[in-house]
Amino acid sequence: MDVSLLLIILLVGAIATFLSGDKWASKTALLFSLAAFGASIYLLTLYNSGQNISLMLQWVAMPKIYLALGSDGLSMALVLLTTALTPLIIFSSFGNSYAKSKNFYALILFMVFAMVGTFLSADGFLYYIFWELSLIPIYFIALIWGGGNPQSRKKAVVKFFIYTFAGSLFMLVSFIYLYQKAGSFLLSDLINVKLTSQEQLWIFLGFFLAYAIKIPLIPFHTWQAKVYQKAPAVGTMLLSGIMLKMALYSIIRWQLPLAPIAAKEYLFYFVGLSVAGVVYGSIVAFKQKDIKKLLAYSSLAHVGLIAAGTYTLTLDGLRGAVLQMLAHGFGVVGLFFAAEIISRRYATGKISEMGGIRIQAPKFTSMFMILVLASVALPGTFNFVGEFELLYSLAQRSVTICIIGGTTIILGAFYMLRMFQKVMLGDKNEKFFADINVNEGIVMVIIIGVLLFFGLYPKPIIDLITPSLQEVIKVINRI
Amino acid sequence: MYTLIAIAVLGVLCLIAEIFNVRKAIVPVTIIGLLATLGLTATGLNGSADTYNNMIVDDNFSTSFSCLFILLTVFLIALTPSFHEKQIHKISDFVSIKLFLLTGAIAMVAFGNLAMFFLGIEILSISLYVLAASNRLSLKSNEAGMKYFLMGAFASGFILFGIALIYGAIGSFDMTVIQEAGTSADVEDWFYIGAILLSIGMLFKIAAVPFHFWAPDVYEGSPALTTALMSTLAKVVAMAAFFKLVRAMNVNLPESSQTALMIVSILSMTIGNIMALKQTNVKRMLAFSGISHAGFMLMALLAVSTSGGILLYYTSAYALAGIAAFSVVLYVTKDKDNEDIFNFNGLGKTSPLLAAILTGALLSMAGIPIFSGFFAKVFLFGQMLKAGHIILVIIAVVNSIISVGYYFKLILAMYTKDATENAKSVPFVYSAVATVAILLNIALGLYPSFLLDLLT
Repeated sequence: MDVSLLLIILLVGAIATFLSGDKWASKTALLFSLAAFGASIYLLTLYNSGQNISLMLQWVAMPKIYLALGSDGLSMALVLLTTALTPLIIFSSFGNSYAKSKNFYALILFMVFAMVGTFLSADGFLYYIFWELSLIPIYFIALIWGGGNPQSRKKAVVKFFIYTFAGSLFMLVSFIYLYQKAGSFLLSDLINVKLTSQEQLWIFLGFFLAYAIKIPLIPFHTWQAKVYQKAPAVGTMLLSGIMLKMALYSIIRWQLPLAPIAAKEYLFYFVGLSVAGVVYGSIVAFKQKDIKKLLAYSSLAHVGLIAAGTYTLTLDGLRGAVLQMLAHGFGVVGLFFAAEIISRRYATGKISEMGGIRIQAPKFTSMFMILVLASVALPGTFNFVGEFELLYSLAQRSVTICIIGGTTIILGAFYMLRMFQKVMLGDKNEKFFADINVNEGIVMVIIIGVLLFFGLYPKPIIDLITPSLQEVIKVINRI
Repeated sequence: MYTLIAIAVLGVLCLIAEIFNVRKAIVPVTIIGLLATLGLTATGLNGSADTYNNMIVDDNFSTSFSCLFILLTVFLIALTPSFHEKQIHKISDFVSIKLFLLTGAIAMVAFGNLAMFFLGIEILSISLYVLAASNRLSLKSNEAGMKYFLMGAFASGFILFGIALIYGAIGSFDMTVIQEAGTSADVEDWFYIGAILLSIGMLFKIAAVPFHFWAPDVYEGSPALTTALMSTLAKVVAMAAFFKLVRAMNVNLPESSQTALMIVSILSMTIGNIMALKQTNVKRMLAFSGISHAGFMLMALLAVSTSGGILLYYTSAYALAGIAAFSVVLYVTKDKDNEDIFNFNGLGKTSPLLAAILTGALLSMAGIPIFSGFFAKVFLFGQMLKAGHIILVIIAVVNSIISVGYYFKLILAMYTKDATENAKSVPFVYSAVATVAILLNIALGLYPSFLLDLLT
């Protein structure tokens, strides 16, 4: 039994969803996403019991390309995040009705298929294919089922596509260049290539462009807020919850091991750029009048900190990054879902038109409050664990940067609570707000449960990821 | 050799069938005949023979390209009856001209002698002139035919003059003699002049910048099916023939010819793409996109000794995507008097299958996995990096990004605009041809070694 099982389930699921017709599509998709989650738990137990669950087949002889799916703690953690979030995201969409839902849900599963493939690939070429493949479904999801003015939505989505496509192509050139030296696309072969520091810098920058656009780091973030705002809630959750983790994961998996000299030499430039994104995102978030845009900029700040952690090249930085990826994945999906719950009832994203919801919907208010507190990394939540390690790793490199990065917590608390106050508190709103229903409640409770559980007891995840991160550090320090 | 004869006989049979009034049988019989020829030709792979005093050489290069051409012709002939519905009484002409064109195409890759090569290029070109002007009551079609004829005749003149000079320098038309002449001794100066003239003629036929001015007008004016033929089959044929010529003369050519080729390649990619961005007519847009793809294919000529397989792969990927795209374009613009983008509005709703196929074809041309266009670009870039042309690769990458701009214009029109007309049923043949072509395109992406290994 190997990890290809997971990919097969998701691909078959996408096809089955497409064939099941509009009426049953959402339920079929949910079923298959649950099956994928079950499969990944099963694979995790196999992995923990020490079985080999990797796959290695030759695909093309000349040029040498392998169907290589590896899995270590790092991949498994991200795969679990993906397969755990997918059923939640699909289930959260049950409150909306989408035209042509068979296409919609099939595209979601197909996108998840590509993302899981990205996390599992151990061959650079295969990795690139999955990486690109995940772009097509989200393009159509945002384009066809998105909201707002069609003209400006179209502009935002096309900008997003061209941006990310452009970045990826430079990564592809880096891969091909490495292939010419190594004679294979396998990660294990690529890291043995001897490169001058000049060459490494170019390779590093090729990768950096792809990842900086996808994460996004400033100044490559301009596509983000508009797309998050215009995409349907499901699309936003997929983008912010899982897809940007692809880039953060890839930094650890591909970029740092392949170009360690450049990573060390220019360490402070990249850490500095990432931290600049933290401050920038927090400040811009203040000014936002649209709740989805505010969440987008707060997400920009959080992922900036994660990226900074990875570029510190310390074990704490990498571990904190992975922990925070998981925490942020759940947290941001919860927050965007809360925004979606409000917009289902009020049909608006403008913060000024909200307010006075607490009196009408006490249950929803408490859940939303917990999510907001988690997002500002209150001790006891999962986000705190990650954020603490990230800041600690920054302090190992430079206390100044750590202090600047630490503002994310203060600023974050400020704009998140202010947003909460404006959206939820105040005099009773004239418009009726129905409290959270059972379906919505289930999603919220699961997300909050995960955030609290791992906030109090993060050991299983730390045990899972630490060995493979130590391996990565060893590879980075080989020269 | 037998391929050539079989196809010529099929063409003649078509004309005879018209006399005996069995018009209905023409297309099915031709397609079956072509498929049989395709099968027989494919069995000749990995063998090598020369016939008629080395006039025709059957090696892997010629056989595999011949197979590709036959396949493309099958698609084009399958589309013929429904496209020329109103001129169904002339169906034998349309089919037989395409068959004769195919004989010319095969002669152009299987030649072992420059005389044969010239015969091939003339047969191909004359058939194309006729097809371009085949809508004889339309002013535009007449204009296209005339323009193409004048330009093409010029190019043929250049080619013929080049061949004459090469003959003057070497004393033979035979390709093996020409190839050996360079290695053994210094060649006369006019050999280079001949080679340059020959290259100019070929670049005309390929429509590479700066010899591309005829292409957009001719593509727009010709009947859409002819445009499909020109931008897929004819372009690929010219490219393969040019590759074979350069490969034979490579040892003789000075270093500067590489630089010149590189400049032409960069210009074609860039100018083709930038012009395509501004087009609103789909046929014109595809014409310019074809020019930019010609630029990509010309890159293969920079590493001529090793990139035969990559050229075969690139041309197959491009031509199959082209056939899939054009069969949708043919359907959408069948009863319209223009081919502007707004005709595609709402196609995603009125006929989802065709919209999905056109999307796939455009994604393949833009170079997005899992379509074979992506693999073609990767292999090509890999080859170029190996040869040390890193700047060229970066320019090609930037061009790939630009090309997304106009390919997506069409995709956006299909999926975000409201339809202007109601859904109607799609004739079987359009969807069948488009589906088969795009499936073959994807299959090539999943098994790239199938083609790559043929020519390495």
